[in-house]
Amino acid sequence: MKWLSDDKLNHLRNVVSEPDFGATKYTFVKELGRGGMGAVYLAEDRELDRLVAIKVLNTPETTEDLRNRMVREAQIIARLEHPGIVPVHDVGTLPDGRIYYAMKYVRGSRLDEYATQGASLRDRLRKFQAVCDAVAFAHAHGVIHRDLKPQNIMIGSFGEVLVLDWGVAKLLAGENMSYSSYTTYSHAADTSDGTVIGTQNYMSPEQARGEIDQLDERADVYSLGAVLQFLLNDQPKVSKGAQAVCAKAMSQTKESRYATASDLSADVGRLLDAEPVSAYRENAFERVSRWVSKNRFLVLLVLAYLLMRIFLIFTSRR
Amino acid sequence: MIDPDTDIGGPLHKFPVTNHSAIINARSDDQLIRRRAFDTILASYWKPAYKYVRLKWHAGNEDAKDLTQGFFAHAFEKNYFAGYDARKASFQTYLRTCLDGFVANERKAGARLKRGGDMDHYQLDFAAAEDELAFHASTNLNPEDYFHREWVRWMFTLSVEAFRQRCADLGRTIHFQLFERYDLSDDKISYASLANEFGLDTATVNNYLAAARRDFRRIVLEKLREITATDEEFRTEARSLLGVNPE
Repeated sequence: MKWLSDDKLNHLRNVVSEPDFGATKYTFVKELGRGGMGAVYLAEDRELDRLVAIKVLNTPETTEDLRNRMVREAQIIARLEHPGIVPVHDVGTLPDGRIYYAMKYVRGSRLDEYATQGASLRDRLRKFQAVCDAVAFAHAHGVIHRDLKPQNIMIGSFGEVLVLDWGVAKLLAGENMSYSSYTTYSHAADTSDGTVIGTQNYMSPEQARGEIDQLDERADVYSLGAVLQFLLNDQPKVSKGAQAVCAKAMSQTKESRYATASDLSADVGRLLDAEPVSAYRENAFERVSRWVSKNRFLVLLVLAYLLMRIFLIFTSRR
Repeated sequence: MIDPDTDIGGPLHKFPVTNHSAIINARSDDQLIRRRAFDTILASYWKPAYKYVRLKWHAGNEDAKDLTQGFFAHAFEKNYFAGYDARKASFQTYLRTCLDGFVANERKAGARLKRGGDMDHYQLDFAAAEDELAFHASTNLNPEDYFHREWVRWMFTLSVEAFRQRCADLGRTIHFQLFERYDLSDDKISYASLANEFGLDTATVNNYLAAARRDFRRIVLEKLREITATDEEFRTEARSLLGVNPE
């Protein structure tokens, strides 16, 4: 038997791990990354002459459960038409039986990379608000993401915000009948109570305990709070209001959290407008200092006017 | 510790039994099934085990040969592999741990026992293994990683041979020849050159190579399935084998 050098061995490993798009309209370009469920590749759509991101289940022999989950992910995203949710173009099966789906290829940075590029606090809060709005849209259509984290959020080249990776999303029971075509893949079919799905540090306590049946929009609200905390971590001056927003979103009991992602988004909007947030009751001094900070120009104008008046009074008496 | 990856699993995660697993069959009461299972395990592990003994235990080639044969003979006699519990470690780790224990005991006894009488009918090509050692006499890997890497190398080597045989059996030698020229040779060659060399058009070369790679992949995974006990272990080892860190 012929000896396989390290180079040859690595080549063969790539040969068997790279997806075979031979029977599809896509041409493999390169691997973009790997996650808990699959790998994402950059590929060229030969028919439409454009680049797409293709997610392929990485597991060599997909179980029916995982296959269903991948198809469900594509179906869920395909129905969520929102500028903050990455669109799906196509779903299919590779010749080796692995499921793939083609998505819009988003050029830009992941939120965790974006945060290291010196973005200001205001910019971070604006991006975060856009994430909340996309998630709120999904919630309104009966879908909870369950795996929100900076690695699953992309900031596009033009500043657009996109929420990716809906692979472990869950349909809320009894929601929107237009989703009936894939309710056969409901949470009861693919994740039983006691199964932990999500990412440590970003998942709610009930999710970490595997209480699948207890999960609702507020599990995502917790994750959004953790994302906000991540964005605030390296900021030198974080107001008590912002800290309180984080703390409320990340409350241990879901009853104490924001009821919806929209409520959280509204409080972040108040932070941006220097308005009082629902998560924090200010004392009189804080109220005044926030008002002064918000109306700095007006305060300076009044101060300048008063100083001028004093000066005039002083000089006229002389 | 922060784990950036999505985790799917949990306290109630179940590990279904893998079909056609030599590891499962090693527990069989049927002597014939057990023997076949043992043959599969031996074929899959003897070479990395030999190299590991040479490297970690600084054994001379004759010593390593006897220890390797002795280990597998002892494993069969004592039915070591039946004691494997997939919930505790991968089979590879279990086998390596058993091997370490065996060599340590042999060394402690102070006498190199000539074992492996039952192994004589196996044609284990120790000379080839010894030649290969010359290619990687110095390595920065620790013995455990070295064992794993050599096991991966051996799995791919066996898979190439199995693929060659299967192509011959199915009358698809051209598929293997294309695969050999493009994926196994050191020459950098284009599809167009291959098409010219084999008297085919480029699209056919593309199709044949895609089919060959697909079949090769299937064989690699079949081999892996034979020597893993659970679906979970199979998936983990497959990721490892395909160059992806499962953690």
